[in-house]
Amino acid sequence: PFIKKQTKLKTRNYCSFLNVSLYSVQNEDTEQQIIRETFHLVSKRDENVCNFLEGGLLIGGLDYKLIYRHYATLYFVFCVDSSESELGILDLIQVFVETLDKCFENVCELDLIFHVDKVHHILAEMVMGGMVLETNMNEIITQVDAQNKMEKSEAGIAGAPARAVSAVKNMNLPEMPKNINIGDISIKVPNLPSFK
Amino acid sequence: MALKIVKGSIDRMFDKNLQDLVRGIRNHKEDEAKYISTCIDEIKQELKQDNIAVKANAVCKLTYLQMLGYDVSWAAFNIVEVMSSSKFTYKRIGYLAASQCFHESTDVIMLTTNQIRKDLSSPNQYDTGVALTGLSCFVTPDLARDLANDIMTLMSHTKPYIRKKAVLIMYKVFLKYPESLRPAFPRLKEKLEDPDPGVQSAAVNVICELARRNPKNYLSLAPLFFKLMTSSTNNWVLIKIIKLFGALTPLEPRLGKKLIEPLTNLIHSTSAMSLLYECVNTVIAGQYWESVGNLCVQKLRILIEDSDQNLKYLGLLAMSKILKTHPKSVQSHKDLILQCLDDKDESIRLRALDLLYGMVSKKNLMEIVKKLMLHVDKAEGTTYRDELLTKIIDICSQSNYQYITNFEWYISILVELTRLEGTRHGHLIASQMLDVAIRVKAIRAFAVAQMATLLDNAHLLTGNTQRNGICEVLYAAAWICGEFSEHLENPMQTLEAMLRPKVATLPGHIQAVYVQNAAKLFATVLKGEEGNTDGTAAQEASQLMIDRLPLFVQSANLEVQERASCILQLVKYIQKLQQKDVEVAEEVNALFAGELNPVAPKAQKKVPVPEGLDLDAWINEPPSESESEDEQPKAIFAKEEPKHSRPRHTEVDEKELARRREARKQEQANNPFYIKASPSSQKVYQEAPGVEHIPVVQIDLNVPLKVPGLPMSDQYVKMEEERRQKERAEKKKKEKKKRKEKRSGRGKKHDSAPESEEDITPAHMVDIVTEEMPENALPSDDDERDPTDPHKALDIDLDKPLADSEKLPVRSHRAAESQKSPTDGETENATLQEPKKKSSKEKREKKKDKERDRKVYDIQGNLQDGSQVVVSVIFENKCNSFLKSMEFNVLDSLNSKLQRPEGSGPHDGLVVPFQLPPGVSNEARFVFTVQSIVMPQKLKGTLTFIVKNEDDSTHEKLDFKLHFTCTSYLITTPCYSDAFAKLLESGDLKSSSIRLEGVNMPFHHLLARICFHHHFSVVERIDSCASMYSRSIQGHHVCLLVKTTVSIDAKCDEPTLLGNVLDEIKQTFSQC
Repeated sequence: PFIKKQTKLKTRNYCSFLNVSLYSVQNEDTEQQIIRETFHLVSKRDENVCNFLEGGLLIGGLDYKLIYRHYATLYFVFCVDSSESELGILDLIQVFVETLDKCFENVCELDLIFHVDKVHHILAEMVMGGMVLETNMNEIITQVDAQNKMEKSEAGIAGAPARAVSAVKNMNLPEMPKNINIGDISIKVPNLPSFK
Repeated sequence: MALKIVKGSIDRMFDKNLQDLVRGIRNHKEDEAKYISTCIDEIKQELKQDNIAVKANAVCKLTYLQMLGYDVSWAAFNIVEVMSSSKFTYKRIGYLAASQCFHESTDVIMLTTNQIRKDLSSPNQYDTGVALTGLSCFVTPDLARDLANDIMTLMSHTKPYIRKKAVLIMYKVFLKYPESLRPAFPRLKEKLEDPDPGVQSAAVNVICELARRNPKNYLSLAPLFFKLMTSSTNNWVLIKIIKLFGALTPLEPRLGKKLIEPLTNLIHSTSAMSLLYECVNTVIAGQYWESVGNLCVQKLRILIEDSDQNLKYLGLLAMSKILKTHPKSVQSHKDLILQCLDDKDESIRLRALDLLYGMVSKKNLMEIVKKLMLHVDKAEGTTYRDELLTKIIDICSQSNYQYITNFEWYISILVELTRLEGTRHGHLIASQMLDVAIRVKAIRAFAVAQMATLLDNAHLLTGNTQRNGICEVLYAAAWICGEFSEHLENPMQTLEAMLRPKVATLPGHIQAVYVQNAAKLFATVLKGEEGNTDGTAAQEASQLMIDRLPLFVQSANLEVQERASCILQLVKYIQKLQQKDVEVAEEVNALFAGELNPVAPKAQKKVPVPEGLDLDAWINEPPSESESEDEQPKAIFAKEEPKHSRPRHTEVDEKELARRREARKQEQANNPFYIKASPSSQKVYQEAPGVEHIPVVQIDLNVPLKVPGLPMSDQYVKMEEERRQKERAEKKKKEKKKRKEKRSGRGKKHDSAPESEEDITPAHMVDIVTEEMPENALPSDDDERDPTDPHKALDIDLDKPLADSEKLPVRSHRAAESQKSPTDGETENATLQEPKKKSSKEKREKKKDKERDRKVYDIQGNLQDGSQVVVSVIFENKCNSFLKSMEFNVLDSLNSKLQRPEGSGPHDGLVVPFQLPPGVSNEARFVFTVQSIVMPQKLKGTLTFIVKNEDDSTHEKLDFKLHFTCTSYLITTPCYSDAFAKLLESGDLKSSSIRLEGVNMPFHHLLARICFHHHFSVVERIDSCASMYSRSIQGHHVCLLVKTTVSIDAKCDEPTLLGNVLDEIKQTFSQC
């Protein structure tokens, strides 16, 4: 079941790595090496080749595969073993991206860069300890929203000034323009029949 | 107050938050490392503050830095602090950080047990949720053991959100703590039919994962899954189930027959490619190929021909599975697969290569390899080229070179492969060369000629040495030329080639082989010149050796140096003898006499143990246990009786050893925790065929042996064609003859029949020398499973009824089982009493037919308040009627009182906040105030409720007792050994001790059980004794010293409490 997740951005070496239980002792170095290697493998692949990469030794052997999807400048890479259905995981990535799109309201690359924690929280509702937890997008969004609401209510009046400051900070931000939205982020891959 | 908070947050809001950090890093691309190190300094400052919000913010930033590859393990303790915040916002940040940064060796994990337990039982479902999510990432064996029961309780939570997470995390718990599998399995099975699809899917997920590794234990679930498969519409669940059946069918052929129909239906009807694909996969795994196999291959062909690369890839993947069982079905699609070899997508080419492996035959091997060689030339990336190379070798060498008809061709292919630049597989080619030359005797002469040419042209291979893995082939070449030097045309020339100065640039291990084999060649030269009256050639050879060897004597490599100096002295001596005209050739040759035969890799393992040798017997008795024990703990527990120290070397005679062995075997057989050895290890000895009679056939070759220069393998393809044609012609001639003879008898014609596999005779009648095995080798081909595989421990029979001794991972749970239909209301009190008395055992699995309602309760102390105890009760409605208006009431004692809402009288009941439809269970919590905790006590209570049937409803009541054991006031608290020692030395503690009679279980199970049932944690374990610690909710320290002799010494600052706890421990063990 073990699924690792990596999101990648071409622009910078931003990447995230959901904890893997596969390696008993895993230090940051191997983790970074895996990410670099994966990024290297995935980014040099052409547009119209298959979305699977066979596992090398680095990711845990022959039973493992890299399954990725490419949206504009973003790569979403999952590493799964043979107990998962390949096409199913492709669909899961689609659900993930659509969920991000809903939660961030037209997600763009910068949303993910600046709100890694939120991305993690959303992913935690889909994949838990390397196993698929939930595939229904509405259910995921309901749970994420409920938790965000709780967070807001806890912040209460104390949170208000902090939010204001953050808004002001963002206003001055030249690199946060609204128009980098990736319009085609939710395109469906034509040949993949709907899973549900 | 509120103002203060606002003020505090205004101060804070100019602190750097995660967004600021990310922005900062992006703005400091040039001096990123410097910027981050200042950020880390800031974070360290922030972590020192008391404000939890500041800490949480700091931890949040650390999580991001960890992701970038910075080490943040120093902040582990701060992460734990943030995890234990009461606010969800911070808790979530803490758990996220923990899931990213913690791993098994993080030591602060042991501090989190209680925090996690508290979060798991939090009234807020999202607190529980984040705790489960976090735990799934960093669960350790200890955490799994301590929390297994709490998680099991959560599997019956009212919220499906919690249920599904709890079910899923159980898989992680099983992996870390296999003992929990059997007790938890019945409930897991129940969840397969949970009304919530998410929970159901999680349960299917977990069981499939378990079954994938140990399918045979899950066969009994097949009917249940069959039902799910035919009823479910969730594709995720269907795929999992179908995958599961793929693992089950090979074990149970009847299942296959039953599956054909639904599978065929799905294949025909589904629009989801993923589902179709998994169906095909399962068909492949099953034994019902005859009926649906063709349909599957058809569907796969459609996939492969699809323009979507993903489907093409999967189609090929499935084909390779078919290949293993039904090669014929795949071979008919050779055209398609060869076509895929030209695909621009590397993943697809690799898959096609895999398929080729199984498709070769004697007939098409040369053709396929020729095509692959073309690809080798064209291939760009070295990875793909290396892959091609290994595949070529795999294909040719498979099943003992079964498909090779012409070894000269194969040798020349190998030689051609050496021209690949930058390949990493030099050693692979080398080992093939060695293997073929050694095992195929007929080819040696040819191989030696080729290798001599290679050695001569070594400079071509070593163009840019070190990083070039190809020079490994020189190792093989040198060895072959030396070992089989009698076949050399011109040994002198080869000897010269091997002693060139350039050789010194080769890696050490190759030089060593060069030196050694130069000596062999030298011996051959001497032998060749023996008859000659004029001994100049022999003397030239000696001179050459003496001139060139000093270069190697200076080598930095020890092996090379040693061999070279040895041989140099030898040659010098020989030279002296030669000058005296002494004939030395025979003696020199005797140095290298004898043949080296290949040894099977498993040979060592299969040497039978000689009669009378017991590998398990001690050569010297290990130091007796008492020694280590005597020193340390005795100082702490003064009461300990002096031990008779045993003589260190007891003389143990044969009988005694045999007796002990027997006893140990007996103990293992009776021990349910001992994983028995697989039956294969008990295989009987069998006589293996000896090695002496390896048949070797000398044949004359009908192919010219001498090929000038490096041959082109293509020539062989042509030659082979010609040879086969010639053979066919001869055969025809023969047949014609026969026919002429039999003309009168039969008139049938044969000659137009196509050439079949059997018709192809190999060019060389080759006998392949088998690998040597020791005499009396044990024949067993099983590949042992990796002992480190965590799934091995989960190979547990789940159908056996749960033995009492196995129900261990439950802490202080009692089932108040009762039934109160008016008819047997009288007897009920009696039946209730009985199970109570031995109630320290979990009785959750026990079910009575007549029971209406059943409760399981768990008493847990509350750390925050030393006088509060929370009792959580699971109500389960086991009757067919609806239960409502439940009221829970307890008769308060002086010491313990049920906390009731303000304004209610001391005898009012508490309303249970839910109703129970038939078959449903739910959990409620009640808080009790307890004054003294040193004595156990029982509280009587009643539950009143209304049973609602279709037409009437009755008011009923159920009596129960709550047993507050002293154990339930103890809270697992980790303690470091130094603190523990200090505590014992302080002298405030009173001591007491007990012996446990009739307990025979492994020591670690004993410890685990005390941890579970009585909330202790192990402080330290030294061989045969362990110290354990726990704390009561009112802060009493309880220390135990448990010994393998099953005695427990204990110390506590409250003697009454201690006495009661020990009694309870004793009771626990008296019941197992």
